[in-house]
Amino acid sequence: MSKRYKSWGYTPNVPQSSISPAWRSSVSFNNQQTYLPFGNGRSYGDTCLNGLGVVLDSQHQNHIIDFDVEAGTVTCESGVTFAELIDLCVPKGWFLPVSPGTKFVTVGGAIGNDVHGKNHHKRGTFGCHVMEMEILRTDGSITHCSASENTLLFNSTIGGLGLTGYISWAKFSLIPVKSGLMSVKTIPFRSLDEFYEISSAKQDAFEYSVAWLDCAAGGGSFGRGLFYGADHSGPNNSDTEDFKLTKPGLSIPFNLPSSTLSPLFVKYFNTLYFYKNKMAPRNSNAPIGSYFYPLDNLRNWYRMYGSRGFFQYQFVVPTDRKDDLRSILELITKARSASFLAVLKEFGSVQSPGLLSFPRPGYCLALDFPNKGQRTKQLIASLDLIVREAGGSVYPAKDRLMCADAFRQYYPKHREFSSMIDPGMSSDFWRRVSS
Amino acid sequence: MSTLSTQKTVVVFGATSAIAQETCRLHAPHAIRFVLCARDSTKLDIVASDIRSRGEATISTHVVDFSDPSNYANLFELIKKENDAIDIWYFFHGNLPEQKKCEASLSHAKAALQTNVLSILDLLHPVANDLEKQKSGTLVVVSSVAGDRGRASNYMYGTAKGALSIYLQGLRNRLAVHGITVLDVKPGFVKTPMTAHLDNSGFLWASPDAIAADIVAAVKKKSDVIYTPGYWRLIMFVIRAVPEKIFKRLSL
Repeated sequence: MSKRYKSWGYTPNVPQSSISPAWRSSVSFNNQQTYLPFGNGRSYGDTCLNGLGVVLDSQHQNHIIDFDVEAGTVTCESGVTFAELIDLCVPKGWFLPVSPGTKFVTVGGAIGNDVHGKNHHKRGTFGCHVMEMEILRTDGSITHCSASENTLLFNSTIGGLGLTGYISWAKFSLIPVKSGLMSVKTIPFRSLDEFYEISSAKQDAFEYSVAWLDCAAGGGSFGRGLFYGADHSGPNNSDTEDFKLTKPGLSIPFNLPSSTLSPLFVKYFNTLYFYKNKMAPRNSNAPIGSYFYPLDNLRNWYRMYGSRGFFQYQFVVPTDRKDDLRSILELITKARSASFLAVLKEFGSVQSPGLLSFPRPGYCLALDFPNKGQRTKQLIASLDLIVREAGGSVYPAKDRLMCADAFRQYYPKHREFSSMIDPGMSSDFWRRVSS
Repeated sequence: MSTLSTQKTVVVFGATSAIAQETCRLHAPHAIRFVLCARDSTKLDIVASDIRSRGEATISTHVVDFSDPSNYANLFELIKKENDAIDIWYFFHGNLPEQKKCEASLSHAKAALQTNVLSILDLLHPVANDLEKQKSGTLVVVSSVAGDRGRASNYMYGTAKGALSIYLQGLRNRLAVHGITVLDVKPGFVKTPMTAHLDNSGFLWASPDAIAADIVAAVKKKSDVIYTPGYWRLIMFVIRAVPEKIFKRLSL
């Protein structure tokens, strides 16, 4: 098939061959090439691509196997998207236990990247809620695994970037909700110190928390932003239309000129955004869709960065390394490579079973940089040095520059993980970090 | 106007087809009973549990291969025995025969007609008589834009679908006075496993869920013939309008 496969950041942008089996029962492999499961292409870098081999597109594996409305569990194939699950579960009073910034991820992708969300401090990663899985390996073997059965395969597959085999189905638990609305509290902060204070004092009171950081602001405004705490609302009288989340929304039909998100534009936009929200009411209600997935209403938003695409950079540094976080922000502000979206979150201590899981206690910051070639790569390399020195780590799902040394340092359980890799699976990311 | 919530009992032939699956998913939250029929039991089980999980309907399944009439001789009676009143009958089954093979072998060509039209007529016969007595209900048959004009590249498929459309026209004429809807669905190019071997990167290719949404909307509106996506009505109008003298020289 000639469909174009790419990652969300548009980098790299190279031809990719693929297979799309129609049924989970018809997934098969030969030993002439390596494979890599491919969900919905929402990871930003090269973890979802396998240029020297084939991607196994799970688009047709979108069947629910069981939805236990009493117990709040779903068993489904790995190509089912979170959007479908929300439409299915919310009207029945259930929601995803952990939700990343887009609902267009697949269950397979959520497990392979061990995604986290705004409730990490309460519920950990998505992998913490996976109960069992069936893994199909390229040698044709089918293995059932859970926390108590084939545990090493289970723990390697969670966060395993698709390298341990194809997840033909998974069972996971949901969380109960009483409505499709969120009650959101907005608290502005004028500096990083203020953020730390708010986060440590208030975070535990909310099921969800996240902060928007204005990376373009220097001088006296350095480190300002908005802290959002949120909870699921109680029952409401509105009808189920609240849950309708799969509206198509706006789409950017082509790549915009690379200058669209210029540093000056971002600076003015951010200032406006900060003051607008500073004035706005501190308590508001938002539908689940617009609270969790604001960017999903702007389909193909990566096109704002033009055809050269962009780099994402998401890292976590331990809670006691606040100085390093400050140094990183200063570097970015100085480089005038303003990140349009900067999302700051304090991770909690809930441990994921995943051997390669990214989150760990500390401050996590997600940034995006327009691709300006060498200049951007150098900036990211200098950020890497600080993160490594701080004992932090970088998120593979958003990366395409991490070197092998850095990977081994960020992920000390890589040796144990490597023993569970399916020899018939590989990815561009894996070839880079295992060389 | 009927709504999905009045379509309580739904029978689906060819339930494992991509368009059938998406259509069933749209009915799933409202339906009370599904009868799903398809050739492959493993795939049918996958679809049945998917539809069961998406609603509260009870589901029965029948494994049936439409390539031989003896395989489905008593299928209608079997389904009727399980269900008194059936609100909607969907005929999705069919395959895309290889035109070149059909030209080389008559038996291959006849097999294509068996699966794509004769098996449907066999089933429509008792179903139509039953609906006539019932005085309500909807019949939905998926034909194709390929049935609108014969083309060198796929006229065996086109013959089957064209015959189907003519039959449905007559049947609609007969059943209209009894309040029965006969819907002929003519999809254009659809990205499904059936067409996965073709180059489907062009802008004319639609996804199965878009086709299903059109079908369900047409069922609600009690439409007679729909082209889906809708722009195919215009395309086929133009294609039908080309004089045969010119058309026969085109390689289509």
